[in-house]
Amino acid sequence: MMHWIILPVVLPALLAPLIAFVMRYDIVLARTASMVGSIGLLVISIVLINFAAGGETFVYRLGDWPAPFGIVLVLDRLSALMVFLTSLLAVIVLIHAIATGWDARGRHFHALFQFQLMGICGAFLTGDVFNMFVFFEVLLIASYGLMIHAGGRQRIQAGLQYVVMNLAGSTLFLFALGTLYASTGTLNIADLAVRIPELPEGEAALVRIAVMLLLIVFAVKAALFPVQFWLPNTYANAPAPVAALFAIMTKVGAYAILRVHTISFGPGIEATQDIAGMLLFPAALVTIAIGAFGVLGARRLMSLISFSVVGSMGTLLLAVSSFSQTATSAALYYLVHSTFAAASLFLVADLVVSRRASDSLTPKSPTVQNGLYAALFFAAAIAMAGMPPLSGFLGKLLVLDALRDPDIIGWTWSAILIGSLLTIVGFARAGSILFWKSTATEPQETDPNPPHPATAWEVAPTMATISLLALLAVFAGPASGYLEATSAQLFDRDGYVSAVLSAEGGE
Amino acid sequence: MEIIVASSVGVLTAGGVYLILRLRTFPVILGLALLSYAVNVFLFASGRLAINMSPILSKYGDATYTDPLPQALVLTAIVISFGMTAVLVMIALGAFLEAEDDRIDLDLVGEDDINGEDAGK
Repeated sequence: MMHWIILPVVLPALLAPLIAFVMRYDIVLARTASMVGSIGLLVISIVLINFAAGGETFVYRLGDWPAPFGIVLVLDRLSALMVFLTSLLAVIVLIHAIATGWDARGRHFHALFQFQLMGICGAFLTGDVFNMFVFFEVLLIASYGLMIHAGGRQRIQAGLQYVVMNLAGSTLFLFALGTLYASTGTLNIADLAVRIPELPEGEAALVRIAVMLLLIVFAVKAALFPVQFWLPNTYANAPAPVAALFAIMTKVGAYAILRVHTISFGPGIEATQDIAGMLLFPAALVTIAIGAFGVLGARRLMSLISFSVVGSMGTLLLAVSSFSQTATSAALYYLVHSTFAAASLFLVADLVVSRRASDSLTPKSPTVQNGLYAALFFAAAIAMAGMPPLSGFLGKLLVLDALRDPDIIGWTWSAILIGSLLTIVGFARAGSILFWKSTATEPQETDPNPPHPATAWEVAPTMATISLLALLAVFAGPASGYLEATSAQLFDRDGYVSAVLSAEGGE
Repeated sequence: MEIIVASSVGVLTAGGVYLILRLRTFPVILGLALLSYAVNVFLFASGRLAINMSPILSKYGDATYTDPLPQALVLTAIVISFGMTAVLVMIALGAFLEAEDDRIDLDLVGEDDINGEDAGK
């Protein structure tokens, strides 16, 4: 085991300043370094997922301080899966950004990209809530830079809103952590699970407040109603490859809810067990509705996709909100699927938008390779809307199956099914305006600089995400086997706590 | 002592929340700065208020001490919020120079796009 666990944080952390300081004027060198680093991260994450697949919980003590006193990184099936997902998405997005030349339209794309990966991987691996705050800040500050990459009035204004929103969220995070520390005297996720049941009655009320505050903070990241409003403007105005990478950022919020609100405050801990589910359930239902209506009403392609991301986060958190083992494994399957579905939509949208005058949903004369883009958009859209044969269908089926409890079935099934229907209608409308109606418009006088057709490298990342979705559907059996084991491990609180807090030195 | 700390956190937070709801970027930045001051004081208090005590255990055993961990947390929080404020000021300046306007809300770009070309002034 040794030092493998810390590598996903250390590798980008070392590479990013090197790219920023040494290779800042040499785009070829920066591209090579960034690509090598991302592939290295992918290799590391495959090694980690192999370690974790055995079901053991590995603990890495920073500075070799034992757990409640020092900071620990924890590797189990869930964190290994999330790191793997991040690194795979990073390689795909990076190929797209390099092939389309997005990375050369502003400074420091690759350095920020690596810092972003460092923050995301760290947030997935840490076993301490304050350390999670620090990694959140790392990933956020990198995302601020990536969000306004290449500039432009609309983008910078949207970026400003995004920064303000997240700074307010960070302040709330600190208030939550202060409250939590004041009442329990610890910020270690495993130690919290031990201390909270031992608290006297009066202190428990304070912990409940902290739990709600933390839930709001994670809900901001996961774009859950009523704090979802930053997402459509941010994603719609971000550079498309960055928006595709941000597909994993909303999942950081979902992961944090799963991790903290299951292990520290979850089922079996009397003082706090009912809070998260009670608040998440109605919020997730409204989020699905907002996503669906947003998809129907969007007037720009990028906003349409952003709203579909909001809708998918609603479905994901609806499954999370029941905090049961089967629902969580369904949620994890849907999480993997919706990450790649959102990424593929943003990547194909980039190919389309960069060849049209604007991304508004109005008929314009067809551009080159109309059929190819129509096919790619069609595939990505059916994945996102949840129709067969791609994995969205299976993901939604698993979620529906897990949420069959007679008390809630009326709400959950109608929200997910009607939401899916509206999403399908919205995507069908967008696709027919973009690709069919355009062929009916009068061809304008020939453009002096016609848009160039996409090269193989530009299309490859989109194809890759869509084929990953197909693979996820074909290998749904083995995948959901791993995810069931993951969620069983997540709900085995004693195993996690004893692994983290065990006194033995370890390496 | 308690009343001073508690009311200063309360006043700073109230001022901060009021300011971040303003329309222009500069008050919003000030509001976020006030909020981060409030949270720093709050974090200090989360280790219980203790005056004139060292943050380390005395080797003579029974001497009382103040909790050192919140001080470390506050230090981290100060560094981060300081850096974030700098980033925010730069982005706000960029947005002001780009749009020649310091309003924090967005123009309805969809409308502009549909009516005419790029949302120019």
